[in-house]
Amino acid sequence: MIGMEVHAQLSTRSKMFCGCTTDYIGAPPNSTVCEVCLGMPGVLPVANARAVEQVVRTALALECEISRHTKFDRKNYFYPDLPKGYQISQYDMPMARSGRLSLGDREIRITRVHLEEDTGRLLHAGDALETASESLVDLNRSGMPLMEIVSEPDLRSAEEARDYAVELRGILRAVGASEADMEKGQLRAEANVSVRPRGSQELGVKTELKNINSFRALYRAVAYEIERQVRELEGGGRVVQETRGWSESEQRTFSQRSKEFAQDYRYFPEPDLPPLELRPDWVAQLRASLPELPGELRGRLAEQYALSKFDVEQLSQESATARLFEQTVAAGAPPKQAANWIIGNAPTLDAQRLAELIGLVVAGTINREQGVRVLEEAQASGRAPGEVVREQGLAQVSDEAQLGLVVEQVIAENPRAAADFRSGKQQALGALLARVKEATGGSANMRLAAQLLRHRLIQ
Amino acid sequence: MTLTRDEVRHVAMLARLGLEPGEEDFYAEQLSAILAHIDRLREVDTDAIEPTAQVVQVGSRLREDLPEPSLPQERALTNAPETKDGFFVVKAIQESEP
Amino acid sequence: MKRRELSAVELLEDCLGVIEREEPRIHAFVRLSEELARAQAEEADRRFSGDGQVGPLTGIPVAIKDVLCVENVETTAGSQILRGFRPPYESTAVARLRAQGAVFLGMTNCDEFAMGSSTENSGYFPTRNPHDPSRVPGGSSGGSAAAVAAGEAVFGLGTDTGGSIRQPAALCGVVGMKPTYGRVSRYGLIAFASSLDQIGPFTRMVGDAALVLQAIAGWDRRDATSVDRPVDMLSSLERGVEGLRLGLPREYFEAEGMEPGVRAAVERAVLTLERAGAELVDVRLPHTDYGLAAYYIIAPAEASSNLARFDGVRYGARAESAGNLLETYLQTRRGGFGPEVRRRIMLGTYALSAGYYDAYYLKAQKVRTLIAQDFERAFESCDAIVSATSPVVAFPIGAKVADPLAMYVCDVLTLGGNLAALPGVSIPCGTSEGLPVGLQVLAPQWADGMALRVARAYEAASNGS
Repeated sequence: MIGMEVHAQLSTRSKMFCGCTTDYIGAPPNSTVCEVCLGMPGVLPVANARAVEQVVRTALALECEISRHTKFDRKNYFYPDLPKGYQISQYDMPMARSGRLSLGDREIRITRVHLEEDTGRLLHAGDALETASESLVDLNRSGMPLMEIVSEPDLRSAEEARDYAVELRGILRAVGASEADMEKGQLRAEANVSVRPRGSQELGVKTELKNINSFRALYRAVAYEIERQVRELEGGGRVVQETRGWSESEQRTFSQRSKEFAQDYRYFPEPDLPPLELRPDWVAQLRASLPELPGELRGRLAEQYALSKFDVEQLSQESATARLFEQTVAAGAPPKQAANWIIGNAPTLDAQRLAELIGLVVAGTINREQGVRVLEEAQASGRAPGEVVREQGLAQVSDEAQLGLVVEQVIAENPRAAADFRSGKQQALGALLARVKEATGGSANMRLAAQLLRHRLIQ
Repeated sequence: MTLTRDEVRHVAMLARLGLEPGEEDFYAEQLSAILAHIDRLREVDTDAIEPTAQVVQVGSRLREDLPEPSLPQERALTNAPETKDGFFVVKAIQESEP
Repeated sequence: MKRRELSAVELLEDCLGVIEREEPRIHAFVRLSEELARAQAEEADRRFSGDGQVGPLTGIPVAIKDVLCVENVETTAGSQILRGFRPPYESTAVARLRAQGAVFLGMTNCDEFAMGSSTENSGYFPTRNPHDPSRVPGGSSGGSAAAVAAGEAVFGLGTDTGGSIRQPAALCGVVGMKPTYGRVSRYGLIAFASSLDQIGPFTRMVGDAALVLQAIAGWDRRDATSVDRPVDMLSSLERGVEGLRLGLPREYFEAEGMEPGVRAAVERAVLTLERAGAELVDVRLPHTDYGLAAYYIIAPAEASSNLARFDGVRYGARAESAGNLLETYLQTRRGGFGPEVRRRIMLGTYALSAGYYDAYYLKAQKVRTLIAQDFERAFESCDAIVSATSPVVAFPIGAKVADPLAMYVCDVLTLGGNLAALPGVSIPCGTSEGLPVGLQVLAPQWADGMALRVARAYEAASNGS
């Protein structure tokens, strides 16, 4: 049984409770900070309206119930990356509860969605955390708006845990709430893993997995942990409730902190922030303005364009990709061809030009390989595909008489291969086609060339 | 309600307040005396009463999402006891902390 | 001053002269900012000579409680843990005074982190009462109260969490006001208890308190608990009490530890108000007995969290002998905080900790609701409530240091106003045993003008001015 706690940095321009920029990646340490996110004496937080909106949009996309009355709370603990000695978070009145996320025909229940602030970062120059004699504190990340999405323990495998995170990323990006790049730490997944004997209704002891920096790491960490727990239990041992970190270099989880030292966070209502009312009419407006979500998009792509599951998956991962696909089709490209070109070549052309290119290939003016070269050239030079074809004289040789001469010549020069084909070796045709291609400098219409070859050889 | 020495020690650790030898008894006694007064709250029937976190009703007061200038790094660090290369410096972290 | 009878520089020099004479006796300031003050006074005089805007506070010397951040001026909340801290920002109230052209004399002494009722809990030294230097000035804003009482400053700023402006005003014989919670921005006020703290003025006359409040009040985008309401402290100030109903809460007159001399002085003041045309009505505040208990959970709980940031990492003092992070925390906070602050942090931490939250913190929040309801009901039958500010006059230094509860009882008549977010003024009303007594006027939320009006009416009726 796997439950997920996902933290997503919201894509706002300013931090959660102050005006500092959220553009901190790559900035010198402690340079995107002010007295508020440094936790200096006497300063006060003021909540970012856009962050509140993004949480509500996400929660709506996850079909949550939005709380009419919500508030912030203080979570108290000491750590050098937490400048105030408390994190402003939400405890008993989160902004949203009781949602769901669909994974194929499986439905994963969402427990809650809440808003909080991020911490700063600790660096340990050279040494490991445990052995360093000192640590360095950078508070640029302190106060970044952070949304926490907690699921019920409804996931059943490492695959599902990964798929859940991927799907969540798609939703976050679709609603514009987060860039959700795991490598940049904009999306952080923690998995609570427990195992139980098949058929048992009782929940096993869970461990909490941290330090997961990619979808692959999520998959591997959960898979490792399930195996470890099963091994532990089958060997007559027991699973200890604890936090375990994922080690990328060793590809295993390791014990970080036993829950015997359970923190006492002393939550209480944040007195510096008034309670928040999320008015139903405002929530309704946000609901009405929600964009198409990944699940809806996939359904529509499959149905409207008769695409394969693979194509749909590939095209729906980024909303920009799906948009390019639909615009390319709208500009006249056949859906399957458009899908192939977009998935295979990740073109940066606009839809009009991409449709033009696909049109040239479909019409047989150029062949696929020429098409790829034209695409590269058009992307590099910014010229239209048709223009590139004209200027470089790339149009493929589709003239039957002209190509017929080449075919005659190739047969004459390769009697062995011709004989092989005639004696039933189909592969020999490939060798002869390669010669035709060579002789035309790659510009032959290969389908026509194959037809002509067969025809002459069989005669 | 009286506080035991263990509770004093636990609370002091939660609050990261170092205690001098002998202070556990001192605080146990003083805090117990204060709590003895505070315990009169139990006399009040509050079953149907909503708690008040903030007395003044101000409504949802949010900030527009507009970036403002941060402090220059040197101003951010100027009050710090120890810095290095633009970072604040702290002593080793030992994970066995309660 | 507008008539240029006295230049800002001359007024400043007068104050500095008094400071030089009085400070060795009363120790109201923890540090002076003479250089800044001189520059500001010169700037004020330039404004008077037509070079910029002039307001009622332009060129007026102010004493600022050491909990209000002044940009680049050492601000320490009366604590060793903040020694040397120069904020790179300014509290909104101070910024508004600066914009008006006020002259900053320096930072005044207070109980550490505003926790106390005598200024003896200062991390530096105790301040003494100008009326009798062997006695306390009250607290926690004792330095500002004493500075104004001694004539060192024309006005002072303080903060009031459970009575920390009104009680020292009473003990020092000056006017002190705590506005409605949300009236004055708390931005840059080094927090003690966030849901109770409020900034307010010390002055010698009620009218001046109204002027100062007018200058510092109003919504601030940096404080989400500040309120956007019109600020008019002045227009009703001189309307008197004719036809007003003044509530007398029996619980406040019969409070535990009420000194007979204090009660007698307050009763005389009440008669004066009646003669001035007020109608006196009895009101009840039935949960008064629980106020102190609720306050001593809520305030320490919030404080325990507010003071967690003092960890020796980004600013302030840090214990250098520690070998690891945990030891740094423990030693920094042991050495940096005084006994009362540590006591309250422990109390508040305990009240919030697992297993005790419902019994203490939540319970206290509910009792707070009842206390606020008491006042709401009382104000249905009166326009303002009058009582003593403090049940006792200034007590000798050291008298209550060993008994925290005895000290806490000093706030018993004032903390209700904080729990219910009410505006309250303390105004001198005679003496008991030769020491000043304060009359407290409490008004409904946002009726700050009413509290000032009643206080002004008493002032006019008792002085004949």
